[in-house]
Amino acid sequence: MKKIIIALLTLVPSLVLASGGGAPLDHANNDITDKQSLRNGASTYVNYCLGCHQLQYQRYNRTFADLDIDEEEGIATLMFTGEKPGDHITNTMPKKEAAAWFGTAPPDLTLVTRFRSSDWLYTYLRSFYSDSERPFGVNNTAFKDVGMPHVFQQLQGVQELTADAKAMLKLPTKEQHPLANSDLVLTQPGELTPAEYDVMVRDLVNFLEYTGEPSKLERHRLGYWVLGFLVILFIFSYLLKKEYWRDVH
Amino acid sequence: MLANFMAWIDKRLPVTDAWNKHLAQYPAPKNFNFWYFFGSLAMLVLVNQIVTGIWLTMNYEPSGEGAFASVEYIMRDVDYGWLLRYMHSTGASAFFIVVYLHMYRGLMYGSYQKPRELLWIFGMLIYLVLMAEAFMGYLLPWGNMSYWGAQVIISLFGAIPVIGDDLTTWIRGDYVISGATLNRFFALHVIALPLVLVILVFLHILALHEVGSNNPEGTDIKKKKGSVADSEKSKFAFHKVYTDKYDIVDAIPFHPYYSVKDIMGVVGFLILFCWVMFFAPEGGGYFLEAPNFTPANGLKTPEHIVPVWYFGPFYTILRVIPDKLIGMLGMFAAIGMLFALPWFDRGTVKSFRFRSKAHFVNLVQFTVCFIVLGVLGTMPASELANLIGRIATLGYFGFFIALWFYSNNENTKPVPERVTK
Repeated sequence: MKKIIIALLTLVPSLVLASGGGAPLDHANNDITDKQSLRNGASTYVNYCLGCHQLQYQRYNRTFADLDIDEEEGIATLMFTGEKPGDHITNTMPKKEAAAWFGTAPPDLTLVTRFRSSDWLYTYLRSFYSDSERPFGVNNTAFKDVGMPHVFQQLQGVQELTADAKAMLKLPTKEQHPLANSDLVLTQPGELTPAEYDVMVRDLVNFLEYTGEPSKLERHRLGYWVLGFLVILFIFSYLLKKEYWRDVH
Repeated sequence: MLANFMAWIDKRLPVTDAWNKHLAQYPAPKNFNFWYFFGSLAMLVLVNQIVTGIWLTMNYEPSGEGAFASVEYIMRDVDYGWLLRYMHSTGASAFFIVVYLHMYRGLMYGSYQKPRELLWIFGMLIYLVLMAEAFMGYLLPWGNMSYWGAQVIISLFGAIPVIGDDLTTWIRGDYVISGATLNRFFALHVIALPLVLVILVFLHILALHEVGSNNPEGTDIKKKKGSVADSEKSKFAFHKVYTDKYDIVDAIPFHPYYSVKDIMGVVGFLILFCWVMFFAPEGGGYFLEAPNFTPANGLKTPEHIVPVWYFGPFYTILRVIPDKLIGMLGMFAAIGMLFALPWFDRGTVKSFRFRSKAHFVNLVQFTVCFIVLGVLGTMPASELANLIGRIATLGYFGFFIALWFYSNNENTKPVPERVTK
């Protein structure tokens, strides 16, 4: 037993440590088994994000199939520029010009939640605040001086730094702490209430977690069967070993 | 019918004889414990890597333009491609876990000591080739961490005086990591190194069967011919290549006893392996690192460039030594020390169970230092981390130096003549 513990302890450093740094993130608490949420997210994506951000590794028809969207309905509601259902979800934004417009070309977002995490994305999309010094008039507490405008401003409204946060930024650099979503306050309401906006962002994050790994649900489903099979097999392999080893003892 | 067929074969190729010599009549000590699972598990993972690797190459595109997208193609459009890819990526980390545990077993029980020096050397060569194999394979997904990890490690060779710069250019096939580097790493990863690896594993096992397996007590199960009464000999039948030369005690045939035991070990391992593979294939960001989900970009470095976890200990040794060239020499020396372990240890008692208190303490401090070095290797550098890393580096090298001194005249306990059970 002691040896098994020692063996397991040697695995600890690779499993326990997590990289830290930056302000705390809010939890997305999204659920990739919630197909309605995924469909809402897909709809938000093609309406608000796809103009700039491609999902170049994800296909329309795969998305329809995984999200239980009828192909005809999908073509009508999610495909706007005459692609075929088997095509990847791309746009026609010229990379070079886009880099000039935004400072950097808008990145592909197929894998964004695997690169940044769902919690980060959920926090980021709710952390724009008005900053007159930035080209698009907004800054972001999760991504300082980001080149992206606040595409959802009409829906969310305008957030500003709290008085405390503004005061903190006037302190010497050493005494400042990184800004967080909690340093923001909504000063002009948008079309959605804060609760409705959070749900919309959660659905969008959920959809992007899905595009990051469309086989994730299949992976979990298969995983339970495989583990169940292996546990039963382990019992039999133990009994087999015990039976054979009676000769030895 | 079948018997006739086997007779026909055996006249032309000694299949039955080899089966008996290496499996059904191979004498293995009867007291193998938990630590003896990892050799067979390493072979299992090797087979997994080769088989899944073959299928991955069917859809992978080894070019700077296509590599990243082809991995996503495998993950999405190839039937069960995600499973093949995760089996391979989880397998890479699992390989190092089982190999480290396998090596640690040898360290604890003195399995590198005479007459098993060559066996140990073959094992170390396997480990060295495995590191090269893993390093080159890590570049292939062409993610940003792949790219910068390779950039950092290859640039180390630039520290070598005179030939350094030319050498790095020669390795990369370009002035920076590029598609040319990717192509040659692909060739080495899928053909050259696996071939060497399989040959070395074959030699490792042949060498093992020549000298016989050690065991947790380090006792010798092969006694001088004629020195053991028949009633004391093992009751099992062994191949004549062993019984002609020795009287065998406390041994059992590898097959079926250890084959059924190893099946149990394999299933137990697969439960852990599949649990990670199906439910946490990123391994908490250590098996698949987050920056690798963006394509290689020569203009954008990841926030912290760190190698994959299994290179951690050696990377830390490199990093905490202020001079780049000495750091690189230190890193290679750390591996060199392991090669030379059979000669650092001048003792004759194998297992730590019967060795001195000093040896036990030394072994523990080495274990702690190795783990600390590994953990530091995955973290960004800092003043404190460097200090701790330097102490652990001293502990790592100190293990071998101290061993050389005390093992010459060590206060050991008597090793039992027979396996105690």
